[in-house]
Amino acid sequence: MHEVGLMENALAIALNYASRERASRIEQITLRIGDLSGVEPDALRFAFDVVTQGTIAERAKLIVESCPTLCFCHVCQTQFQPTQWDYECPTCQTWSMAIVQGKELELTSLEVS
Amino acid sequence: MCTDCGCSQVDTAKVQIEGEPHHHHHKHTHTIEVRERLLAKNDSFAMQNRDRFQSCGLLVLNIMSSPGSGKTTLIEQIAKSKGDRAHKVGVIVGDLATENDALRLKAAGATALQITTGTACHLEADMVSHAASHLYLTNLEILIVENVGNLVCPAAYDLGETLRVVLLSVTEGEDKPLKYPTAFQSADVVILSKIDLAEAVEFDRETAIANIRRMAPQAKLFEVSARKGLGMEAWLNYLQSLMLLEVCR
Repeated sequence: MHEVGLMENALAIALNYASRERASRIEQITLRIGDLSGVEPDALRFAFDVVTQGTIAERAKLIVESCPTLCFCHVCQTQFQPTQWDYECPTCQTWSMAIVQGKELELTSLEVS
Repeated sequence: MCTDCGCSQVDTAKVQIEGEPHHHHHKHTHTIEVRERLLAKNDSFAMQNRDRFQSCGLLVLNIMSSPGSGKTTLIEQIAKSKGDRAHKVGVIVGDLATENDALRLKAAGATALQITTGTACHLEADMVSHAASHLYLTNLEILIVENVGNLVCPAAYDLGETLRVVLLSVTEGEDKPLKYPTAFQSADVVILSKIDLAEAVEFDRETAIANIRRMAPQAKLFEVSARKGLGMEAWLNYLQSLMLLEVCR
């Protein structure tokens, strides 16, 4: 898995924003991770502790907001949440792979001091 | 309230140190809205790659599958094509270790370059960019990136390809598209490989195709045995038609 690489990217983004704001510490990092992103939140947490060592984000709090998968049903014109293996609209039983949410891999916000 | 900075933190600890009139021990935290994609850097490299490949008129395939699904054998057959379908093929091969695949591909007539990724489970756009700078792109017609054998991680990384090709061999089980939705959802082409072994492994073709169609309705489907040459004509004709259409230009 590539959680360490992703966390290195997240840290680089965070350090960049923190230095722009002349912050001396990063207290909290919030990520948004989609269920379809192929990323394990627990592995992210582990990677976070490793990559932040010796940086101003060391001992920062990591918040991982998970994003459930959402599909759009073209028949009902509504969104629905598929189960892991089943992308059928619960109302009309039409199969839909029109994914509107679930692939997110994003750093949403930082708390700095 | 702290009289120096006006903050309203009540548990402020003020420490007076000689020579320093006012010293804070409390934290002034504030929130910064970021909303930046973790793969933004990769995506920008991918965009640069795409521009570069397009300016060379290259058709670029990013081939991904589990280990042992037949990626290298499939690419060997593309490189060995004769007549109208003979093209100058360049291959960038990603593997955790060994140069075996690159050697096989060179023997098949391709210009091949191996990226040994060590522990990395996928290729990233800047690795491809770096490797591509060692190839004479203007001398090539097709550039094939053979990704690291893995159906999870490579799916998240755009490499700047024209076509994303996902292989599923008949020995892997019919439900693989359901287990690895992200890879199949992102495919432009799905290739069912090793069909010559289907009977021996009691492969349920109908179920597998239904699963592929469900998870990857957007993808073109080919059924091949690269080793035995079955179904290869349709796949090679398709590549040929893309080159004639100049979709990559």
